[in-house]
Amino acid sequence: MRERAPKILRGPVPRNKEDDQVVYIDSDSAPRILFSGEDLLLEDLPIGTRVIYPKPPIEGLANPGAAIRYALNHPLGADPLYAQLQPGMRVTIAVDDISLPLPPMALPDIRQTIIEILLEQLDANGVDDVHIIIANCLHRKMTEAEMRRMVGKKIHDAFYPDRYYCHDVEDADGLVRLGATEHNEVVNINRRAVESDLVIYVNINFVPMDGGHKSVTIGLCDYETTRAHHEPVTMRASAYMDPKHSMLNTKIERQGAIVEKHMNVFHIETVLNNRMFAGPTAFLSKNEDEFTEIDRLKFEGMRWTLSKMPAAAKRKLFHSVPAQYQMIAVHAGKTEPVHEKTLARCFEQYAVNVRGQADILICGVPFISPYNINSILNPILVQTMGLGYFHNMFRGKPVLKKGGVLILTHPCYDEFDHVQHPSYIEFFNRILPETRDAMVMHHKYEEEFAKNPSYIEMYRRGTAYHGVHPFNMWYWGEHGRQHIGKVIAAGAQNAHVPAMLGWDRAESLTEAIAMAKSFTGPSPEITMMHHPPIVMADME
Amino acid sequence: MAAAAFYDLDGTLVRTNLVHAFAFTARNQQGLVKSALKTVYTLASVPMFLAADFWNRRLFNDLFFVRYRGESEDRLRSMAQELFDTVLKPSIFPGAYELIDKSRQLGLRQVIVTGALDLTVAPLARHLKIDDYVTNRLEFVDGYATGRLLPPIMAAATKASWMRIYAEKENLNLSDCYGYSDSLSDLPMLSVVGHPTAVNPDLRLRSTALQHDWPVLDLR
Repeated sequence: MRERAPKILRGPVPRNKEDDQVVYIDSDSAPRILFSGEDLLLEDLPIGTRVIYPKPPIEGLANPGAAIRYALNHPLGADPLYAQLQPGMRVTIAVDDISLPLPPMALPDIRQTIIEILLEQLDANGVDDVHIIIANCLHRKMTEAEMRRMVGKKIHDAFYPDRYYCHDVEDADGLVRLGATEHNEVVNINRRAVESDLVIYVNINFVPMDGGHKSVTIGLCDYETTRAHHEPVTMRASAYMDPKHSMLNTKIERQGAIVEKHMNVFHIETVLNNRMFAGPTAFLSKNEDEFTEIDRLKFEGMRWTLSKMPAAAKRKLFHSVPAQYQMIAVHAGKTEPVHEKTLARCFEQYAVNVRGQADILICGVPFISPYNINSILNPILVQTMGLGYFHNMFRGKPVLKKGGVLILTHPCYDEFDHVQHPSYIEFFNRILPETRDAMVMHHKYEEEFAKNPSYIEMYRRGTAYHGVHPFNMWYWGEHGRQHIGKVIAAGAQNAHVPAMLGWDRAESLTEAIAMAKSFTGPSPEITMMHHPPIVMADME
Repeated sequence: MAAAAFYDLDGTLVRTNLVHAFAFTARNQQGLVKSALKTVYTLASVPMFLAADFWNRRLFNDLFFVRYRGESEDRLRSMAQELFDTVLKPSIFPGAYELIDKSRQLGLRQVIVTGALDLTVAPLARHLKIDDYVTNRLEFVDGYATGRLLPPIMAAATKASWMRIYAEKENLNLSDCYGYSDSLSDLPMLSVVGHPTAVNPDLRLRSTALQHDWPVLDLR
């Protein structure tokens, strides 16, 4: 009988690959790292589990300033910016808010770089009636410190607060009705933008759902405009990270056509690479099989440190570490041709070829979402991340089979930020115990929250999300809710939060997988999406 | 079923309080000496008023309204509009107009429930287009204030019980009603409505509001 070579001499075991980023767990594989809120888990996955990793970051543009100037001078479907400028004209620069990118990028923020170049050009052409508006729509308004960080001290000091401010969806005088689509979808847009001779939109395209017509049409609109698509029926029919197959995108494009008809919009879109972790945390983007001893030491050190810190301190720590993103593309001009180029580059960075759907999908839910910068990922947002974002990170068809099991690792703490998410608290404690049916919520309670005077004033005068926002976040999970058979919260520290969300709870990932097997059968196809950084499955 | 928005006044919709209103009366006495003496006496009493209010709103009322003893009803009524124009109107929080406006758009009846005096509240209520208000009322005998209040004295639990009776009489569903106050003394008033909100709260109300997961609003 031939003796088997000692394990150490066998060398690396060839793995069955669909793409370089798709790895299968075998008997030699290292345990995998998963986020669980502000903690890191190290879990042994069953043999045969498919792990989908993000692509390595595409090298950033060597000279972003030159690339931006080139884009402004060689726009797609429009005259160069300088040719559109005339002395005395009224110009509004609209920018994406703090929800992009995640976490906020290291300074200088790419928005600052672009706006500095824009202001130079505007000044050189005698344009001095310039406003900078943050296109936050129903998102919270940014604090002054956050606004200063985004554009830099020089611009902030020159423009804030009279000419650099956040859009206000509740300022009736500050909105103009541009019209309605043939489907009776109204379009109300920020008055200053509408009455400007030129609107320049500065976008960061972080995921494929961002950008395009969504920038102006949603960023600068009001609640009535968003109602056309931020509702359960549209969201059920929207694989919203795949714009070609998204009813949400179709409706926004219809509204965008009205914006195009009435406004002169010059769109600048950027694409960032996925260099979310760099330096001491770079190992978090790596395949665990390729960890060096130093990487393991760093991980163990980080995990130990986190285990000794209170949750609030961990949260503060994570939110204070900016991401080292680099710009990999910038295009300017008319909205649609620009967005087409942007999306192509975006998919180049994020999309990984994946063959075949899974019975069980495992995702580690991190501490952050677009809706809790410098705040808590509350239970509603955990739901949004799981059933909304992670489930929708596909093109073609979902990674999970219809009726499959989604396992999310998160503590599911019952914590809310009273300043940023006041209406979420009422939604969670009053609405969810009565119903999880999005249609019932939409018809019975949505308007009450949207028009609650307290929430409106907290949005207008403070930094609270609009009263209706938790409803939108619940609808965001509708596509996933209709598709997924069971959700299991692994490592949830309490039973009532998963129960309120309609989920099962497991003590650990191992227990969750065992529970999932009892639902799917004994030999399920298991896939883990190794978020973050962002990875999208390009499904065959 | 209809609903209403119940507002406390002092510190909630306006920056001023009972003492500001009385100080206006004090410095507008007949004669400079009388005005000066009453103003100094009022100022000197502020620490006592603060301590009494911190301890118990009823104690504060007992100590405070006695200062009106001897004031003529005619005089107080004739000064009410001037008091509003010079003291109260500039003190209305900018956000108060928006809050009331948004609330009215919801079809809610606008009601002020305050411990301030009817004389001072009437012009303010007209200005804010308030539908209804309940206030404290001074007792007058032969046209002069006795320094006592007529029952019911609007403070703490009395506000809540008045709201209950009012809701029953007006066929309002309290679960759909909104309540706004800045002070922990109005906890009963906030507790009887379905949508309580702490407005510009003091530390004690803020922590209570956070414990109860109530919205905390800053109109200043």
